[in-house]
Amino acid sequence: MLKHIDEYRDKKLVETLVRAIAATVTRKWTLMEICGGQTHSIMRYKLQDLIPKEISLIHGPGCPVCVTPVELIDLAVELASRPGVILASFGDMLRVPGSQHDLLSIKAKGGDVRMVYSPLDALEIAAGFPDKEVVFFGVGFETTAPAVALTIKQAHLRKLENFSVLVSHVLVPPAIEALLQSEHSRIDGFLAAGHVCTVMGTHEYEPIAKRHKIPIVVTGFEPVDILLGIRLCIEMLEQNLSGVENAYARTVRPEGNPEARKLLQEIYQPVDRKWRGIGTIPGSGLGIAAAYRKYDAQLKFELQEVEAKESEICMAGKILTGQMKPSDCKAFGTLCTPEKPLGAPMVSTEGACSAYYRYSRIARADP
Amino acid sequence: MNHNTRYTLQCPIPKTDYEHILLAHGGGGKLTKQLIDKMIYPLLGNEILEQGHDGAFLPSMEGDLAMTTDSFVVDPIFFPGGDIGELAVNGTVNDLVCCGAEPLYISLAFILEEGCPLDDLWKIIQSIASAAKSAGVQVVTGDTKVVEKGKGDKIYINTTGIGRVIAGMDISPDRCSEGDVVIINGTIGDHGIAIMTEREGLAFESTVKSDTVALNGMMMDLFSELPEIHVLRDPTRGGVASALNEICHSSGTGIRLIEDLLPVTGGVRGACEVMGLDPLYIANEGKILVIVPEKGAEKVISVMKKHEAGKESRIIGRVTREHPGILHLETCIGSTRIVDMISGEQLPRIC
Repeated sequence: MLKHIDEYRDKKLVETLVRAIAATVTRKWTLMEICGGQTHSIMRYKLQDLIPKEISLIHGPGCPVCVTPVELIDLAVELASRPGVILASFGDMLRVPGSQHDLLSIKAKGGDVRMVYSPLDALEIAAGFPDKEVVFFGVGFETTAPAVALTIKQAHLRKLENFSVLVSHVLVPPAIEALLQSEHSRIDGFLAAGHVCTVMGTHEYEPIAKRHKIPIVVTGFEPVDILLGIRLCIEMLEQNLSGVENAYARTVRPEGNPEARKLLQEIYQPVDRKWRGIGTIPGSGLGIAAAYRKYDAQLKFELQEVEAKESEICMAGKILTGQMKPSDCKAFGTLCTPEKPLGAPMVSTEGACSAYYRYSRIARADP
Repeated sequence: MNHNTRYTLQCPIPKTDYEHILLAHGGGGKLTKQLIDKMIYPLLGNEILEQGHDGAFLPSMEGDLAMTTDSFVVDPIFFPGGDIGELAVNGTVNDLVCCGAEPLYISLAFILEEGCPLDDLWKIIQSIASAAKSAGVQVVTGDTKVVEKGKGDKIYINTTGIGRVIAGMDISPDRCSEGDVVIINGTIGDHGIAIMTEREGLAFESTVKSDTVALNGMMMDLFSELPEIHVLRDPTRGGVASALNEICHSSGTGIRLIEDLLPVTGGVRGACEVMGLDPLYIANEGKILVIVPEKGAEKVISVMKKHEAGKESRIIGRVTREHPGILHLETCIGSTRIVDMISGEQLPRIC
């Protein structure tokens, strides 16, 4: 496995790709990488410093923790505060501020909040504590949705009545569409998220590329993967080509993972979803389908979403839509730090603000 | 009870009236005495400990003293490569070593949870005895308290250590200067990954073992050469990144790490890739960062390499004038990025 990773962090290969990109580019282009994992890789390896200055990389909304609406975090906080409820979540969600509290502070006050690595772990907790209600906080894109779907199906097969999911799954293609329709859009091409396409395939991006006449290049996460994606995207732009290309073919097949897609269709249905800092995007979420609705925590606990106010200082919406870079925000590194985050992008390991804070507080001119 | 009866380190648990810790074991009465007489003295006894006072009288000695304290709350108490007892001795010994001192005495205080199996406690005490023996330190005073079930987590240990500062050593983070190099005695991240994989029940191709070990043997050997050592630091919680960040902040100098020179085992790398962690932030329990002027580095490495704990000693970075006060890293692809202080816990990524 490691040898396989090292190939994609190879210095010589990186230099070759950077030279090829420099030889291709003739004018300014703005590319958006969709996924926060890609943003972190770009910052971690300082790829922006290596590529020609003409190419500007802006960071997309692909951080599930960042786009989970504050109202839903408030619901999770409310559930976690209830006696008899165990709230299980991926670690990243625990520190994201709701309108009043985050989940870690509820845990400190005695709420039963547990960090799990897999939704199936939450199911095991439910099996082990039959007298408690176990709620899994299911956030994430098309990548984590199949694992949560599988867990709901398992709960159904095992007849675990004390398990439910607070669902906040979101979908990439409607978000790309919304970004392109925005009057503020200055995106020339997209680096699509490789792992999302591993599940969903590439077909659903074709109509978008065609409609907006832009290149969408499916891209991986290691430095070599990302530079491959950038090279392909720049080549298409320079030749005035649009369409969908795959620069991550070692993982992504055009049809995706049919088993996972079938599971998603069975367990979920498309719903309108509010994105934190962005607003409601039609058809951009997954909700639990009617046949499995008894696993929907929002219905089970009759939870009402109460509209919550976002921090007025936090620029998360503009950051998540690529209109601003984290370093342009006045609160960055002063009022807003990983220790005292104003918004989710400073918390999540995939958030753009966190990536800038962690890796990028030194000037470009390095020795 | 004859305190001089010595047990071998694999001896069976001495017969007591109970299989589990009771509140009364910390009550100061008969059960406390039974615990000390049957389980502590036989393995850890020495002339100073067996004075039996409220505290220990220590012989006078020449030179400056160094003192340190540390509490150990690791969960699980037994993990691949060690246990909480061994850790409690080695951690305090290594903190003294980082003061440029020869560790001599430690205190040993247990906070036990009611219901903790005596068998576990016995194993831990055996392990403490074995670690103290190999580090050449004496347990000279101690304490045992028991908290109600659910108010603690099996076994917590505090150890305080006293050592004699080696004459001529002047170790301080603000001595870190441009032209110095950063040396480490081996692979990073092993302890933290051993604990995390054990705690989460994650299985990888090979079991990662904790690196817990006392470093005084190797470091006393090094000190005897009286090299010009500027800074010593053991990169425990928060890992190499946090330890070096503290040094950058104190000294105002920059430190440049070279990613390609960082020693990381395949097991730790694999686990970090899967869990989305960075080995630079993972805890070590048998590592030491030695910052010395470049001209003395070769000698330091050759002395350290003579010891098992230092076989893989190497330079991993250097102190720079650029980026004052900032720890930075030359990545494997040749770019430069910051290595920030850890914020909160390293949380696993979600996709």
